[in-house]
Amino acid sequence: MQPYVSLKNVSHSYPTDKGKSVLALQNVSFDIEKHQFVAVVGPSGCGKSTLLRLLSGLMMPTEGQVNIFGTAVTEPRDEIGIVFQQPTLLPWLNVTENVVFPVKHKTGRVSSQTRSQAQKMIEMVGLADFAKRMPNELSGGMQQRVGIARALLMDPEILIMDEPFSALDALTREEMGFELLRIWNESPKTVLFITHSITEAVLLADKVLIMSPRPGRLSAQIDIQLPRPRSAETIHDPAFATYASEIRQHIYHPHKAGEDSKASVTAINKKLVNL
Amino acid sequence: MTHFSALNRYLPALTLLMLLPAWEVICRSFDVPAYLFPSPSLIFESFMEVEPARWLEHLWATLRVALLGFGLSLMISIPLAMLMVNSQYLSKTLYPFLVIVQSTPVVAIAPLLITMFGSGEAPRLAITCLITFFPLVVSAMTGMLATPPELIDLSRSLRAPRYKEVLAIRLPYSLPHIFSGMKVAITLSIIGAVVAEFVAAEQGLGYFIQFSTSFFKVPQAFAALIFLSLISLALFKLVHWIQSYFFGWTLTKGKA
Ligand SMILES: Nc1ncnc2c1ncn2[C@@H]1O[C@H](COP(=O)(O)OP(=O)(O)OP(=O)(O)O)[C@@H](O)[C@H]1O
Ligand SMILES: [Mg+2]
Repeated sequence: MQPYVSLKNVSHSYPTDKGKSVLALQNVSFDIEKHQFVAVVGPSGCGKSTLLRLLSGLMMPTEGQVNIFGTAVTEPRDEIGIVFQQPTLLPWLNVTENVVFPVKHKTGRVSSQTRSQAQKMIEMVGLADFAKRMPNELSGGMQQRVGIARALLMDPEILIMDEPFSALDALTREEMGFELLRIWNESPKTVLFITHSITEAVLLADKVLIMSPRPGRLSAQIDIQLPRPRSAETIHDPAFATYASEIRQHIYHPHKAGEDSKASVTAINKKLVNL
Repeated sequence: MTHFSALNRYLPALTLLMLLPAWEVICRSFDVPAYLFPSPSLIFESFMEVEPARWLEHLWATLRVALLGFGLSLMISIPLAMLMVNSQYLSKTLYPFLVIVQSTPVVAIAPLLITMFGSGEAPRLAITCLITFFPLVVSAMTGMLATPPELIDLSRSLRAPRYKEVLAIRLPYSLPHIFSGMKVAITLSIIGAVVAEFVAAEQGLGYFIQFSTSFFKVPQAFAALIFLSLISLALFKLVHWIQSYFFGWTLTKGKA
């Protein structure tokens, strides 16, 4: 069977002013299965946002193939919802209008059904009292939440999120993470979740992709087989710590992260499966 | 706090009011001739000598040319800026021309325009248009190009057509810039109208100043000058009011 989303030997370089080019991604390959929750971690500048732009069809890779549903991505598609790294709100529209903006921009009109859906999404991200406020009256974290509500509005089959919680405080962040899992559980979708937080990645994902910087490469893929539904309790699971330290090893000591820790993860995964 | 800000608000007017007696006293005690620098009381007297209807006539003539020229300029410059932002080719070819036109003194072109267009209202509009054009195009283009790339990505991810990207995202995003450009341009429009009247007109405050000075009625010219400053100020305030009333978000410094 075809994988739902797949990257095959994808490299991407950006042209620079002086005619040279910056290699942002080098030979990246991975598959995502339908309704899988995949997290991407890696240091700043390793090409995570580049990955988002390639998957969402905003640009073509200079080498390799990006496939969705078995066909090559050549342009942006309707099935994908994107949460950008910067909260890209339109400063002249209030929260509700910002949330329905994609529909309006695409079709020229917004049905009352879409509007009530928008209301629900705004409530879901905890901004019910701010529905009529303008973006410049919101904090950075609130703006990010509007961006999340906007991406979820049309219930996309694929959701790509670029550090969606980076401007949130630790408490709201955790809460939003579980909220995301609840939505994902309720209306299953394929998620690519870019984050700087190892804890967040392990807590949310089925699979964590670890990237190494300059040029961005995929240094490891780790399956997280913690039981679902996950909650704040999951953090106390001993397996949780093993996964986290394994990922940490890969990020900070990519060459040393060898057989020992891999063996321990495999052992844990086996144990979890047997449970 | 409130009385302090009230003081702040009226400070310019208060300063002016306090300067008036000083001006009067200096003119009188040094016997400054009226044809060089008239005293406020003399200016006021000569202001009263001219019938209100005639003042209104001149005022309206100037205001009309300024506003029509400004409006015309706005109607040409914003679409042009949109086209130039959309096409590298167009902006590369047109921009140098705009700079050349801008760096040629309008005062020097004015007589030429009048020989070209005749002595009607057309050359006056053309001159006003010319002088207000550059700040409007440049501010609109700057604003549209300053649109965050993520907003453009958002539009492209929806596969929205290019014209929508410009109309629904770049244009509104550039409004704060356009308003700054408009504030510069609206005061320039009065200058344009006056310059045009200096060259050829039978009406207008510019014409009135030229006419008065050629008959050594300097106090009258001063009265017209004060009128001109007041119109400029009022138009500037009007633009600001429109901005804050209809586009309040352009004035608040936000993170968005
Ligand atoms: N438009 C561009 N032009 C040139 N180089 C770029 C461009 N966008 C990204 N890069 C380069 O590509 C590399 C990867 O950038 P990218 O934005 O994908 O990183 P990232 O992993 O998202 O970083 P962060 O975690 O800081 O957001 C960086 O070295 C960056 O300098
Ligand atoms: Mg990034």
